[in-house]
Amino acid sequence: MIDCVENRLLTSRRGLLLGGASFAAWAYLPKFARAADGRDPRLVVVILRGALDGLATVAPVGDPDYAGLHGSIALATDGAHPATRLDGFFALHPAMPEFARMYRDQHAAVIHAVATPYRDRSHFDGQDVLESGYAGPGRVQSGWLNRALEALPRGERVSSGLAVGPTTPLVLRGNAPTVGWAPVALPQADDDTAMRLVDLYRHRDPALAAALTQGLQLEKAASGDDMKPKPGNAVAQMRQVARGAAKLMAADDGPRIAALAFDGWDTHANEGGPVGRLAFLLGGLDGALAEFESGLGERWRDTAVVVATEFGRTARINGTDGTDHGTGTIALLAGGAVKGGRVISDWPGLKPANLYEGRDLKPTTDLRSVIKGVLQGQFGLSDQVLAQTVFPDSAAARPMKGLVA
Amino acid sequence: MARDSQAALVALNRFGLGARGGASGDLVNAASDPRGFVKAELARPYGVLLEAPGLQSTPQLGQAAFAYQDQVKQAREAAKAGAPTEAPPQAPADQKPDTKLRRNLSLNTVTAEIAGPMAEAKPTDGAMKPDGMQPGAAPPAAAKPAQPLNVIQKTFRTEALARLQRAMMVDCGFTERLVAFWSNHFCISASKGELARMWAGAFEREAIRPHVLGRFADMLKAVEQHPAMLFFLDNQQSLGPDSRAGQNRKRGLNENLAREIMELHTLGVGGGYTQEDVTSLARIITGWTFAGRKGQIGLPGSFAFNANAHQPGPQVLLGKTYEANGLAQGEAALADIARHPSTANFVATKFVRHFVADDPPPALVARMRDVFVKTDGDLKALATALVDSDEAWKAPLTKMRSPYDFLVASGRLLARVPEDPGFYLNSLNLLGQPLWTPAGPNGFPDTAAAWAAPEGMKLRLDIASQMGARLGPNIDPLDLLEFAAGDAASPETRRTIERAESRQQALALLLMSPEIQRR
Repeated sequence: MIDCVENRLLTSRRGLLLGGASFAAWAYLPKFARAADGRDPRLVVVILRGALDGLATVAPVGDPDYAGLHGSIALATDGAHPATRLDGFFALHPAMPEFARMYRDQHAAVIHAVATPYRDRSHFDGQDVLESGYAGPGRVQSGWLNRALEALPRGERVSSGLAVGPTTPLVLRGNAPTVGWAPVALPQADDDTAMRLVDLYRHRDPALAAALTQGLQLEKAASGDDMKPKPGNAVAQMRQVARGAAKLMAADDGPRIAALAFDGWDTHANEGGPVGRLAFLLGGLDGALAEFESGLGERWRDTAVVVATEFGRTARINGTDGTDHGTGTIALLAGGAVKGGRVISDWPGLKPANLYEGRDLKPTTDLRSVIKGVLQGQFGLSDQVLAQTVFPDSAAARPMKGLVA
Repeated sequence: MARDSQAALVALNRFGLGARGGASGDLVNAASDPRGFVKAELARPYGVLLEAPGLQSTPQLGQAAFAYQDQVKQAREAAKAGAPTEAPPQAPADQKPDTKLRRNLSLNTVTAEIAGPMAEAKPTDGAMKPDGMQPGAAPPAAAKPAQPLNVIQKTFRTEALARLQRAMMVDCGFTERLVAFWSNHFCISASKGELARMWAGAFEREAIRPHVLGRFADMLKAVEQHPAMLFFLDNQQSLGPDSRAGQNRKRGLNENLAREIMELHTLGVGGGYTQEDVTSLARIITGWTFAGRKGQIGLPGSFAFNANAHQPGPQVLLGKTYEANGLAQGEAALADIARHPSTANFVATKFVRHFVADDPPPALVARMRDVFVKTDGDLKALATALVDSDEAWKAPLTKMRSPYDFLVASGRLLARVPEDPGFYLNSLNLLGQPLWTPAGPNGFPDTAAAWAAPEGMKLRLDIASQMGARLGPNIDPLDLLEFAAGDAASPETRRTIERAESRQQALALLLMSPEIQRR
């Protein structure tokens, strides 16, 4: 019944020709079961690479400027695919029924108009800031989640942080030992990469465009599929990754902390609204959250999942029914440990004068405050450690209180 | 001199193995003096030789192979007799391109392939229980020790690694490209059998490398007298019908090597030879063989002339009579074939096709042919003339990198010097260019039609994605684009990389970009 397979390549990385970071083997790590209340907290960090459109995921339907800016892809609470009302102002994308249920059960929350301190528009630098926890881009080789692991009190019995995927995400890289796991079927050359390459070839090298397109078509034909994006696959893959990770984390002495990344959120063109490309991806994310819930079983009670992305997208749709790189976006929290049922936001408004650089949702909450609040609530890390070690020079971003029960 | 990035692309890619990443400054150096950058390697003929610890001579390797074969035989006989024994060594995993893998290349297969031998042990029933995560438990990879490599597998990997490491570290790579060109021209196939696999690397080191900046005639002689070639094309079995051995045994002439010498190595199809010439050359080179395990005619594993197998008497070849003169009869014949006008034409055409265009410009071919004739097959003069030609610098970059060149260029750009050849050998198998193992004696194809095929492009993308997933997090893709192409990169490529969703994706796209794939 376990359809996740320990991937040999991750544990044999030393022997790898193309091996990346050196990989600590098994190690004892802090035990942070809290004696006082008997909780055994767990934390999952999900990075959405490509910059999620927060305005399309948790739509400010009560903002009079929203529908006009987001145009053809704006969500509405009526029509064929109505968004789910979260409160009098925000509504959730219809592709996320599981998250909606968790929200109703007060085990999921949304933080809106958040951003890291990064204010430019490069994915690479934005992801560096998001994952390193430093205030600006720079090639730092450790991530905030790893430094949080390092800062935990020494204990016993509990194994390392779990890096899910073919490489350890930067957020979990560092001195504290980690273990890696990837489902065997983890996709490598995904459709998005293939399409970007085909597009480059179409402009620069038509012969290669023709060959590659045909090669892709052959493969799809062989797998009984066509050239359209394969939502089923992306969704299935996200679920599969989450199911495997949850299984590992559910063990008594399994890892308490895990990080994983989902790709494909860079919706420049044909983003789709209540249905379409983004909807498929959100469905996958929703399924992954459900897998964590069911896979962790009783441990879900003590679990918090943080979903974050490097930045948001422009408030106004572009000429190709998509959105460009923007700033403010959302963070999602889910899990039995989350004090949910709320959209937490100091809403800046979408009037032209209120937009960041006249383009983006203006960030009013520092994402570091959100993460600090979760780390503190789950593991009791001090303000000082959070402000100096985990997120260096971040004293101004105070931990958000009351996110975790 | 003004920096010329476009010419640097030609220097590094058309003539070389691609720019190195890290701090090598290859593109800058190539841009300041493109021709000088390429030709610098031609001034260092000894730099082409490959000597590294663990690399052995053909006779040494032959003897090791014979000893191994004896061991296997004894083990088999002992097993038949019912005595308990070690399991006979397994067939090498990378011996042949696995057709099953090629047809059904799941991405996961690539993952496993890239992971190399450690990943070859299959997880039991597709499941590794979470119990395996227990602290203190042995890493799962150690649970199933892989079958130890036998001496033939080990040798093949050692030779492959030495070649790959040289390719990664060399400055421009022009001489390594020449080695690969001539090695493919005079190819053998490691799939012929254990001796061919054992000797594939040594053949290139001994018969090709010393001559790529020397004379064609010397390379031709070294190749046709190398045990690997004699074994590959069965000349050790060829007996002169009137020789002592031929009369004692019922076997006779084998034309295989003689035919390929004229058709593929020198004159070319339509080069003016007849079936009678093939037969005649076959008779001339009877007795060209290598000494077997018993060493009756020489040091086991070394080239030997077996006078007992040699066809006696004079032979007429291409209108000229070669008197009976033992080994020297064949050497004289090869020397004449090497300077035949058809050979000059055949070599010049292939040379220009490899470096300049699938449809080689006739004027350039003619010039190369003249250089070949005038210098009596001086291959350094040939290479120099090519670099000096304007056509080679002006022709559009339409050549497709072969899988080997693509993988090496990627490794150089990523500044990875391999310590294990597994990823490269497996990737080459998947991409249809298994190292030293072409499908026939005509070698690997050399045109875009062969390498820019749909399946091949899809597989390249899979492998590039795999490299991106593995190494992408640690690189800055825009820095790497600067190393690879600088301001000669197209705006579209630059934009595609800048806009990639992640470093991993950006790296995959860079490796697949026309700037890397074309040369």
